[in-house]
Amino acid sequence: MADHRPPPPQRFSLRSQAFRGVLYQMLAIGVIALALAWLAHNTLENMRVRGIQSGFGFLGSPAGFDIGESLFPYESSDSYWRAFLVGIVNTLRVAVIGIVATTVLGTLVGIGRFSRNALVRGICYGYVELFRNIPVLLQLLMWYLLFTEMLPPISDAINLGLGIWVSKSGLSIPVPVWQRGQTLALCGAVLGLVAALAWRRYAQLRFEQTGRPLPTFLPGVALVLGIALLGWLVGGAPTAWDVPVKGEVIVDGGAAATPEYVSVLLGLVMYTGTYVAEVVRGGIQSVAHGQGEAASALGLSRGQSMRLIVLPQALRVIIPPLTNQYLNLTKNSSLAVAIGYPDVVAVSNTAINQTGRAVECIAVIMLVYLSTSLGTSALMGWYNKRVAILER
Amino acid sequence: MNATATAAAATAAAADGGDGGPIIRFQKVNKWYGNNFHVLRDIDLDVRRGERIVICGPSGSGKSTLIRCINRLEEHQEGHIVVDGVELTDDVKSVEAIRREVGMVFQQFNLFPHLTVLENLTLAPMWVGKMPKKEAEERAITQLKRVRIAEQAGKYPLQLSGGQQQRVAIARALCLTPKIMLFDEPTSALDPEMIKEVLDTMIELAKGGITMLCVTHEMGFAKAVADRVIFMDQGQIVEQSTPHDFFDNPKSERTRDFLSKILGH
Amino acid sequence: MSTVFQPIVARAAPVATEGIVPWVRRNLFGDVRSAIASVLLLVLAAVYLPQLIDWAIVKAVVQPDAETCQAARGVGACWGGIVEKFRLIIFGRYPFGQQWRPLLATLLMVALLVASCTRPLWSRWLVLLWVVVVGAFFALMGGGIAGLAPVQTDLWGGLPLTILLSTLSLVAAFPLAVLIALGRRSQLPAIRALCTVYVELIRGVPLISVLFMASFMFPLFMPPGVNINVLLRVLVGITLFTAAYTAEVVRGGLQAIPKGQREAAVSLGLGYWQTQRKIVLPQALALVVPGIMNNFISTFKDTSLVTIVSLYELTGSLGLAFNSDGDWRPFKIEGYLFIALIYFAFCFSMSRYSLWIERQLNRSRRR
Repeated sequence: MADHRPPPPQRFSLRSQAFRGVLYQMLAIGVIALALAWLAHNTLENMRVRGIQSGFGFLGSPAGFDIGESLFPYESSDSYWRAFLVGIVNTLRVAVIGIVATTVLGTLVGIGRFSRNALVRGICYGYVELFRNIPVLLQLLMWYLLFTEMLPPISDAINLGLGIWVSKSGLSIPVPVWQRGQTLALCGAVLGLVAALAWRRYAQLRFEQTGRPLPTFLPGVALVLGIALLGWLVGGAPTAWDVPVKGEVIVDGGAAATPEYVSVLLGLVMYTGTYVAEVVRGGIQSVAHGQGEAASALGLSRGQSMRLIVLPQALRVIIPPLTNQYLNLTKNSSLAVAIGYPDVVAVSNTAINQTGRAVECIAVIMLVYLSTSLGTSALMGWYNKRVAILER
Repeated sequence: MNATATAAAATAAAADGGDGGPIIRFQKVNKWYGNNFHVLRDIDLDVRRGERIVICGPSGSGKSTLIRCINRLEEHQEGHIVVDGVELTDDVKSVEAIRREVGMVFQQFNLFPHLTVLENLTLAPMWVGKMPKKEAEERAITQLKRVRIAEQAGKYPLQLSGGQQQRVAIARALCLTPKIMLFDEPTSALDPEMIKEVLDTMIELAKGGITMLCVTHEMGFAKAVADRVIFMDQGQIVEQSTPHDFFDNPKSERTRDFLSKILGH
Repeated sequence: MSTVFQPIVARAAPVATEGIVPWVRRNLFGDVRSAIASVLLLVLAAVYLPQLIDWAIVKAVVQPDAETCQAARGVGACWGGIVEKFRLIIFGRYPFGQQWRPLLATLLMVALLVASCTRPLWSRWLVLLWVVVVGAFFALMGGGIAGLAPVQTDLWGGLPLTILLSTLSLVAAFPLAVLIALGRRSQLPAIRALCTVYVELIRGVPLISVLFMASFMFPLFMPPGVNINVLLRVLVGITLFTAAYTAEVVRGGLQAIPKGQREAAVSLGLGYWQTQRKIVLPQALALVVPGIMNNFISTFKDTSLVTIVSLYELTGSLGLAFNSDGDWRPFKIEGYLFIALIYFAFCFSMSRYSLWIERQLNRSRRR
């Protein structure tokens, strides 16, 4: 007789949980809105009293200050926009190279903690504990002091051989003079990469069909290097190098890295490397011992067991906190302001001192860092969903 | 059977894997953990081809250690172990050869959670047995049918119940067509209602003629299927006999004590 | 098969696997690669370690005499600079004659922290003790009462400032963090959104930008004419920053409490706030003690950043001590090593303690 649908919802009651919920939320939003309005009012009042204009229009006007180092040409007559761009590029210069270096260092140390040799284990443990318990700012300052005070001045620059000069003013390394040959070599390397991936696919198919595995790593490397070499030869095999020459006042030629850059990079890599090492160690430990035993019992060699069973499971555990450490390194690069490396925070600081527009400049910094963080979080969420081990 | 005569025969013959001799032979095997924990004491054991052995005993008696020595998951310090004509030493090649002939089922299943059931089974045949993928998959499906779980081939291990996972683990070990199957307390981690499905699978396997060594507390299984029951205590074999003799006429005081504890309730 | 069972007596292993010699053999010379590594490392140590000890201890200069130090440049470390500048490094610009006050205040605070870490003392009285000691700290440092001469907050510095900033910010951040963690798990969408935005916003930006915000923007936020001193601004900044990270730690603890706890409380008739206060939070907070300790260690290290906004805590006061004095400036590196040692001592012991607490908690939870 009765149809089997659920009964319609009750009439709305003033004493229900739902109504209370709505009430609390409206209250919370109301309070926050009022607080924000009060803050905004005060800010506008203060800026009026001090004669500070608001708005982002100032970004178009000339900056009027120099920046210590930059990847592309910049004059003090360029706009604030350009100045901020230089700052962002400087931050990226540290972040990208820092991330690669700290991954390598951290992974080696993390694996080293499982070494069969007690001395290696001890050194890895010592490194992690020592560099983790000292504030990163202090480490940056110490590296900077080391480079600026321990190294000799330009007139006595040390030659490390192979045309590398090091002194108080930084590091100079020889770079090849970029000609057509190098460009073709680069194209060749890309082609080689494509060929290597194609070889991998072919090898996988052959393995599935016949059961005989084909080597993929060495042929892949050979392809990349071989085709790059071919490109270089086709381009005329240029061998010219721009070697730094020690002069009286400067070391001329080659590519130079300022002591600020080197100390920021070294300090961040050494500090973050400890955290990366702990993440890697935790990931390897998280794979249950029984997995390795089952793999051995099936007859898999240690290398096969590591590659097919342990690492895939360990990576799932390692990747999310690892990207967190990459973000930390990027955020910590903001400390470069303390040793004079012109990253985006340092440029912003100068801009605030010149224009007084604290709100706008800080907003720019926060926008830069927030977009990096949120972008990485989104990427991480996507990755986690894709590799999640399916459970009940 | 005289222990010294057996030992002499073994040292005389080089490779004793033919149809006459035992498929597993332990000769005065001793193992220690650390300096002082003497976990296996003077183990002498011959396992015939096709024989089904159940090993029981109190915890800490060394029974798991004994069977783990057979596929070199544990190393012995004194004595000789010969499996299918190959002596177990540090030589990597001989260990790998033995592991192809010996399958193992663990208490904690140890299935690979990041691979599907089918991939769990085809992994070893492809990478160790150098089998093409199609052939490996056919063999995998055959084994899954044998343990009656073929319909779950596409699922991931953690999506299955404990009993189903253990049956998959048995199928995985069978994919390499081993001559010997080792079971290390296969039902101890299962809920009571799932123990039966795994034991039934093991009984069917036993009827097929494969050599089996099983460490378990399930005495019903021993009575149904075992050719020999071995009782271990404090690292040595105390008593071994047919199930009938073992349960009805235990000879040693310790055996009687143990049986009263596990069969009493 | 013999019918009489002969038990075999246990004997020792024929080849010892425990003891010094086997340990060395296994861990230092286990295989060829290991042996080569050991030899290499031992040779390096034999060459460089004596040189290091020579520089740091044997030939080091301890007298606070700039000329002796200069003469020993490159040969021995100059710890004399630290002896000379000790009070300036540790206490910053605090008036020289009154430095017994920050000393006493710091000792009290450190004693309080140690007391808070010992489990037998966890009770209601501890909260009261905190209030009393923090009050005493401010009274001693700031003065103006009980006959103590008043000292401006911008003269506070050195180690007392480091300890003050880290302790106070965690204490203030903690209730805020609990509220935010509860808010993130709330069923009310607006509350959940607000708390999530706060946490993600703060965690996405570096501490330095929060400090800049506090330093530059806080005065703008107040009605015109109201003056906030630097210490307060920085404290608010660090507190808001720490609260976001602590909230995540607390949220992890809340998530670990099984749903059944809340269901049991509800079926007994307890309301939301009662459930949280009496059932959920006590269990969750016990779980997150190691996490919060890690937070504290991070905050302790992060206080070094306030140097950039002109508050001279330990790192900053070192800069003050050495930069301005031409005689001692070349020996700044020894100064850095000294405060690195102080930070290391504090942070290492705290992290050891945190690991110990974690082991204790795990032991009590395992059935």
